[in-house]
Amino acid sequence: MTPAGWEAVIGLEVHCELRTRTKLFCGCRNEFGAPPNTHVCPVCLGLPGSLPVLNRQAVELAMRIGLALGCRIEPSVFHRKNYFYPDMPKDYQISQYDEPICVEGALTLPDGSRVGIVRAHLEEDTGKTSHIGESGRIHGAGYALVDYNRAGVPLVEIVSAPDIRSAQQARAYVAELRGVLVATGASDGRMEEGSLRVDANVSVRRAGSDVLGTRCEVKNLNSLRSLVRALEHEVARQVGLLEAGQPVVQETRHFDEDRGVTVALRSKEEAFDYRYFPEPDLVALAPEPAWREAVAASQPPLPAARRQALAELFGAARLEGPRAEQAETVLELGLDALVRAAAEAGVDPALALARTANEAAAQAEAARQVDPGAYVALLRMEQEGRLSATQAKTVLAELLQHGGDPADIAERLGLVGLDRGALASVVAEVVAAHPEEWSRFCAGEEKLAGFFTGQVMRRTRGQADGKLVAAELATRRAAEAGAP
Amino acid sequence: MARLARIALSPEELDRYAQQLAAVLEHAAQVAAAPTAGVPPTAHPFALVNVLRDDEPRPSLDPAVVLAEAPAAEDGRFKVPPILGEAP
Repeated sequence: MTPAGWEAVIGLEVHCELRTRTKLFCGCRNEFGAPPNTHVCPVCLGLPGSLPVLNRQAVELAMRIGLALGCRIEPSVFHRKNYFYPDMPKDYQISQYDEPICVEGALTLPDGSRVGIVRAHLEEDTGKTSHIGESGRIHGAGYALVDYNRAGVPLVEIVSAPDIRSAQQARAYVAELRGVLVATGASDGRMEEGSLRVDANVSVRRAGSDVLGTRCEVKNLNSLRSLVRALEHEVARQVGLLEAGQPVVQETRHFDEDRGVTVALRSKEEAFDYRYFPEPDLVALAPEPAWREAVAASQPPLPAARRQALAELFGAARLEGPRAEQAETVLELGLDALVRAAAEAGVDPALALARTANEAAAQAEAARQVDPGAYVALLRMEQEGRLSATQAKTVLAELLQHGGDPADIAERLGLVGLDRGALASVVAEVVAAHPEEWSRFCAGEEKLAGFFTGQVMRRTRGQADGKLVAAELATRRAAEAGAP
Repeated sequence: MARLARIALSPEELDRYAQQLAAVLEHAAQVAAAPTAGVPPTAHPFALVNVLRDDEPRPSLDPAVVLAEAPAAEDGRFKVPPILGEAP
């Protein structure tokens, strides 16, 4: 939480590894987890005489991201960003500097707040450096080992405006942005594999002030949890300094996950002079309008629109509380289309959402592959009382694992309606509770069958099979009539 | 400039390169003096845009060959001296 009387001002830089088959400027595979240095070639190793050639699919995904964020797609130029660090064998990174491909957009968060997007640009990722030494920390390492498989993998860096006011809003922004990146097919969204990496620019000011304070850049925010912890710590640290009458020094800080604190890496005076200059080996990029329009026309539905579509299923009942959480789960896992399909086929939206956010979500990968027709058919069986909730979950587990027709699965597993014995005892309870109606029914007042069926349905929350209830009532009446 | 380029120079080299650099700067000054009013800035002398390739994998190098070129390697990776600080 931001200390009382203070306001945090946060801007985020999100680095998104693009889901292409190959790297940004060469044909080496873009694949996480391969043995070290197996996806390298003269281009990504920066060997003399090699020349980069831009990957069309990376450009297309960058445009998809930009369009999804409401950005303009502009003619752009690649620059060399020069620095000495062994994670780039060329001693420079090819990036975009003052002419990025996407400019000026915005992302609206689920709570309705809006975060401006300054720019989104294409660049290449760096190699992976492992520091080897007694301490395990960066400082004091004995030596370092470098794997260049990641060097040259396409990235889009998305730079937000300093519109974020709390750690929780920063989390919501990254979560929503991740949803957009996954929906567009640009990213697999796996923060734990480094597919999304976040740096934050943080400053604080007195609540109500519109002056910007001195900012610090915090690096190494590689999970939503780290992001919140690091920002809360950094905001508290800056407020503590200012309240003690000390200045905040502009510097780059590193989030130490183990200790939950940010530590200074380098000050403004030590800031790198990257000596950007236009990359002479690449020509300008200016996607023609027809290409842009084709990308725009084939954009998939984005999380905001899909969230809205889910909300509409509930109408006046609204998507609030636990239901809103279930909705976020199915949106994040890309299972919302199953909920909509079931609701459109007459299944209660609350039932469809609950089954999808709980049982289906627990096996999300299988659920994304399931035949929607079979999934909807199963939910209908539950809705219509042909399967109890427990039985429906059993059939669902089987359906997700092996596929097939839910009615066949239910039959094979011997799951038909409520268990006959359980149904008989529910009917007995209902009969005992309504002796007068029962005598009239036994005396031949047939319309009371509907009354008893309704009572049974109420007690079983609609999970009993109507035909079986009728059969049970008839059996019971015949038994009483036959009794002495 | 030597610091930016991470190279150590002897006093004799400093003298020699200072002269050469002066010539380079003089040339740059000549270029800068060219009348460019009304000429739009360009990043490239070629009238080409959108030179692109399809996203098709091509064979990478054999890691053994790659690492054989390195001054030191360990565990399939390039071995480099300890690094102070973090990547920029």
